[in-house]
Amino acid sequence: VRLFTPLVGVAIVMFAIAPFLVVNAPYESTMGLVQKIFYFHVASALTMFLSAFVAAIAAATFLFGRKAAADRIAASAAELAVLFGLIVMVSGPLWARKAWGVWWQWDARLTSTLVMWLVFHSYLLLRRYGGPGSEKLSAAVAVFGGALVPFVYWSVNMWRTVHPTTNVIPTLDASMRGPFYFCVLTFFVLYALLLAVRTSLETQRARLDSLYLALDDR
Amino acid sequence: MTKNLLLALVLTLPLQSFVLASGVQTPQPPAHEGFVPVDQLPGQEQLPAAPLVAAAYGVAWAVVLLYVWSLWRRLARVERELADVARRIESGAGP
Repeated sequence: VRLFTPLVGVAIVMFAIAPFLVVNAPYESTMGLVQKIFYFHVASALTMFLSAFVAAIAAATFLFGRKAAADRIAASAAELAVLFGLIVMVSGPLWARKAWGVWWQWDARLTSTLVMWLVFHSYLLLRRYGGPGSEKLSAAVAVFGGALVPFVYWSVNMWRTVHPTTNVIPTLDASMRGPFYFCVLTFFVLYALLLAVRTSLETQRARLDSLYLALDDR
Repeated sequence: MTKNLLLALVLTLPLQSFVLASGVQTPQPPAHEGFVPVDQLPGQEQLPAAPLVAAAYGVAWAVVLLYVWSLWRRLARVERELADVARRIESGAGP
């Protein structure tokens, strides 16, 4: 709680600096300007993966440990996986339109990312409309959603795709590496803040439910 | 024999003139042996990158800001409701 306000300041400053770093980063030789989408596209994809892992681990903790707090974290992380997935699913086709000449390709990376994103949509729909007891069912869905992350990540190496392989980031030019890791860190800080606020919303909702129950019992 | 040859020439005249005309009007472009570099494409086939980059960054910012606004609204509503229920419990009111 004490770290929250300073972290908000840090996130605002980082988000203000990030565009300047991206603009000043060198142009990629074959794609030119459109490659600048990379800095936010990959950063949001990695944040989506992180959120999917957090949701899966928290959901498994809830399933096997019966901890209500873990369920609240899982619900928050699943929503954030959908949020950062939305940025990936919009920025990717905008980049693809210029680089590949098409908005979308049904290749392994794009399709598996879409499937993972839809799994977390189904988690949220199940929680909202599944009725009593849907927490356990949706927790199982979140575990499967998290299990998809390695498949999505390595899909570019396992199958022939038009999407670049996982080799791009390790071989990134030093002048691009700095802005890229800065953007990733910025997204991770933002993610930590959003997860904290979203989880506190779930906690407040749980308190409200218990207060309503207390009111009903009178 | 000569008469038949002349008749054949007259009958095929439209076809001959079409072949000649098409040869004159549309000169064959030189064959490409590989891919055409993107920067040598005609203007109408080159897609500007700047609007795509601006759209990608704009969407990312808009999505985050909209989500923060939605979180803030949901939190405010729950806290308002919490205060209301707590007040009702303290005053001893029923459900």
